[in-house]
Amino acid sequence: MDQFPLFAANFFLRFWQANLWYAVPLIIAVSLVYAATRHEEMREILPHALRFGLWIVVGMAVLFALLWYLSWRL
Amino acid sequence: MEFEDPQLILTVPETTNTSDSPPPVKLKDPALAAFLAWLVPGLGHWYQGRRAKAVLFFVCIMGIFTYGCYLGSSSEKIQGADIKIGYARAVYFAWNDEDWRMHFFCQIGVGLPTLPAIVQALRVNGGKEPMGSFMAPPRMQNPPANFPNAGENQQPTLHQLHFNLEYFEMATTYTEIAGLLNVLAIYDAFAGPVFLLSAKKEDEEGESEKKKDEKKEAKK
Repeated sequence: MDQFPLFAANFFLRFWQANLWYAVPLIIAVSLVYAATRHEEMREILPHALRFGLWIVVGMAVLFALLWYLSWRL
Repeated sequence: MEFEDPQLILTVPETTNTSDSPPPVKLKDPALAAFLAWLVPGLGHWYQGRRAKAVLFFVCIMGIFTYGCYLGSSSEKIQGADIKIGYARAVYFAWNDEDWRMHFFCQIGVGLPTLPAIVQALRVNGGKEPMGSFMAPPRMQNPPANFPNAGENQQPTLHQLHFNLEYFEMATTYTEIAGLLNVLAIYDAFAGPVFLLSAKKEDEEGESEKKKDEKKEAKK
């Protein structure tokens, strides 16, 4: 647990260096537009967009972990 | 589902229509709404009176399209040449041996904002100089002798754009995704939200099953 601030700082530094923050506006826009094509009311659109955005992040994280694992010995 | 009715209205089935259910969606003229939605993201929904969604689509789609154009822009000159890089260079149309720009087929989904790219491509293919560098196609590196605009304009080549614009690929991705998202918005303007459509379909299927059951009972 003592290592957590260091880990978090390292994570955000790498996040910044890898230009991953460029994905953030895309994830927000894609989630909102996709959710808006599924519902009519804002009170339904926003929670759906949040759920969908989280799914995208989790999906990307799983893909990242898979590629990382596959390239471990390269 | 029929779309001929100019006053097409999608309603939530009565079986599920509680006080919390969304109000009916008035699609007016779906074809016109879809065309307007393609022309400017959100315009079709504005025409249908779905103002909140119109604003949402416009802000999201035009936001990432504009940001993509910004990433593909520079007021600097090409290194080692007296050629300006220019603005919105990631949005252009070219169709030749050096550059089959298929990205544009995604970008054109945004509609009117990509019109300058079409005008520029038509001018270049017609042997004229592009009007400035805004959304102009890059110069061919080794143009064929019969290419109308070969070597005459002061546009950078695609290689120079990649070399001088750090986020050229990112700009292309942003503008492509904007175009593809607008395709979803166009469908929404044309046919309404997917969940309402599926609910209506289920309701129709339920009604037909009810009628069948009633017929069976009547026979008995």
